[in-house]
Amino acid sequence: MLKTFHIGGVHPNDNKITADAPIEVFPILDKVYISMAQHLGAPATPVVAKGDKVKVGDVIGEPAGFISGYVHASVSGTVTAVEPMKDLAGKLVMHVVIAVEGDEWRPEIDRSSDIVRDIKLSKEEILDKIKLSGIVGLGGATFPTHVKLSPPPGKKAEFLILNGAECEPYVTADDRIMREQSEQIFIGGKIMLKALGIERGFVGIEENKKAAIAQMKETGKKYPELEVIILKKKYPQGGEKQLIEAITGRRVPSLGLPIDVGVVVQNVGTALAVYEAIQKNKPLVESVVTVTGQCISQQRNLSLRVGTSFSQILDAIGGIPKDAAKFISGGPMMGKAVSNIDASVLKGTSAFLMLTEEQTKRKEEINCVRCAKCIEACPMGLEPWLLNKLSRARRYDDLEKEKIYDCIECGCCLYTCPSNIPLLDIIRISKAEVTRIMRSRPKK
Amino acid sequence: MKKFIVSPAPHIHSEFETRKLMRDVLIALTPSLLVSIYFFGFSAIKLVLIGAGACVLVEYLIQKYLLHSKITINDYSAAVTGVLLALNLPPNSPWWLILIGSIVAIGVAKMTFGGLGQNVFNPALVGRVFLLISFPVLMTDWTIPESWFRPGVDAITGPTPLSIVKEGLASGLSMGEIFQQNNFSWGEMLFIKMGGSVGEISALALILGFIYLLIKRVIRPHIPVAIVLTIVVLTSIFHLISPEQFTGPMFNILTGGVLLGSIFMATDYVTSPMNPVGMVIYGVGIGLITVLIRYFGAYPEGISFAILIMNSVVPLINKACKPKRFAKEVK
Repeated sequence: MLKTFHIGGVHPNDNKITADAPIEVFPILDKVYISMAQHLGAPATPVVAKGDKVKVGDVIGEPAGFISGYVHASVSGTVTAVEPMKDLAGKLVMHVVIAVEGDEWRPEIDRSSDIVRDIKLSKEEILDKIKLSGIVGLGGATFPTHVKLSPPPGKKAEFLILNGAECEPYVTADDRIMREQSEQIFIGGKIMLKALGIERGFVGIEENKKAAIAQMKETGKKYPELEVIILKKKYPQGGEKQLIEAITGRRVPSLGLPIDVGVVVQNVGTALAVYEAIQKNKPLVESVVTVTGQCISQQRNLSLRVGTSFSQILDAIGGIPKDAAKFISGGPMMGKAVSNIDASVLKGTSAFLMLTEEQTKRKEEINCVRCAKCIEACPMGLEPWLLNKLSRARRYDDLEKEKIYDCIECGCCLYTCPSNIPLLDIIRISKAEVTRIMRSRPKK
Repeated sequence: MKKFIVSPAPHIHSEFETRKLMRDVLIALTPSLLVSIYFFGFSAIKLVLIGAGACVLVEYLIQKYLLHSKITINDYSAAVTGVLLALNLPPNSPWWLILIGSIVAIGVAKMTFGGLGQNVFNPALVGRVFLLISFPVLMTDWTIPESWFRPGVDAITGPTPLSIVKEGLASGLSMGEIFQQNNFSWGEMLFIKMGGSVGEISALALILGFIYLLIKRVIRPHIPVAIVLTIVVLTSIFHLISPEQFTGPMFNILTGGVLLGSIFMATDYVTSPMNPVGMVIYGVGIGLITVLIRYFGAYPEGISFAILIMNSVVPLINKACKPKRFAKEVK
């Protein structure tokens, strides 16, 4: 029997249209717009000024706090502006704009395709280098990787889980890297095991990625410390808490972190980035992005430089598709709607999805009929209909009792609701309010 | 410039839609409906059409002229109520009977509470019970399904198996004598000739509808299974203790609307619990009350009352029975 999580979940059509399209290197264009908010936490502080010459791999932003990260130049050329620009949602964020001149990389970066298997660095050196290479979690949350690999005092990791579930429909970036660079992923995983000082890990892959599973199992023979686990196709199989339960049977407590049950989860893309940073001295300056949606003719997987704008990608695929009505950065279940197509690709961007009005339009909301489908769908065992009702009445005390803070915002409730009630929209707002109230309480 | 949609995730939606779910209930009722048309001909068609039409019309009129609110008759829920009401009436009911029932069902039991999703009691059952209390003679005069397609005018009418038994026992006959005199046959009850309301002639047709609802994931099996199992267990116990006094499990399942009630009425979303444990408690409660009414109460059938009684405690059940949370403890 395939492993899976045990509460809730939905089965959207997976639409992995680009699964068989190899990763293509996207040409370097005239300009890149690199955001300083590439990671969760405080945006980086720019350390270059207009007119500076940079090479690929040069640091252009430094961390502005504990939860923050380095940002590197993804192209070589001249900095033409350091200024606030709109991100994909229209929020102003500091950006560094670089006009491209050639493609000159820092000399220490090894760009050959030779696989370096020997891990020479010590635990501390690894963590330090991961930090200096600006590596963030590429599974969606973009949490700085070195922080996640340094468990807080008193907490001990037992297992590492590499997340190759890729349960979001449409997205095939992880599928492709597992097929094309499986050994690098395993070495990246081994490096992370070393950084954590542990011996054992797993790679979880959803059953719908047959070729990736075959490739990873084959390569995995050489890496017995990382066991490949095939998971049932069910959304949100790649959710951190769900993945941990599926593979280890452990459940992360409310308001807790994976480390509370002795687990560290890292995306397979992050493992690849760690490999490149440690073994090839290459900071995180590229991103594999699935460009997809039934309305576009040229659906593909692209490897592109961080800072390439969505509009530049659109130009390259022949302009805005006629029927496109919604642009999404990421998958259709948890991705963000793009309101500003001049915004740029971040380290953590996994897909650029275009949906037609027919595919994405929300239907008219009608009364809740208590069909309980949201309860059946919620992977955290919550009652979305009730959270919606309590939220509309602003009953925050009751919402806290109903554990609204457990919500992982996976969207199963809204996806499933036959009455088209915007359950998650409303839950998200009151969840933020409840967590704020909880934080404001004096600590015991 | 062309405008693009910007809204929070998720950006796609499942195929579930309330009106489609309601439509699936109508589809699931079709086998039973066809069987009734086969046996009762025009009178069955007439009742279903009047029931559905009247319920939709009453909802429309109330929303348009009384509430001045949005018209929501296209969600099929009123139609479902109407069809269920029709299927719960004797086949030879006059047209005005179902008209009154529809007005009570939609006007009183649904719209006064605020329309779709707001009512406490199952509207079709409120309509039926209102008629049962107000017109007891008409409501217990059942056409015996015997010959095939014919106009309902000279149909043979008689009581249902359950009331035959109840009256027989009351007049001092033994269970064996009653069964012998009336020639009850299990095969007939299972497939076709179950004397009773329009919709419960064939147990098989009802079960077919149940399977359809399960496949289309319209309902979950908990409630019907809990009701039927409770009735089977309880009646088996009573029957074993005193077979002369209490009818057996098979007889009780196949008569008096147990299947129609547990598959189509007790599973009404709005008036049934939302969590699996609650669903089971609710189902057991309905089964228990049904058996008590049948054995010790004044009415031969009982399931309508049982469902309505349990409807009233659904909010409590929902409060008491929470789904299994993912996280067992708070950090």
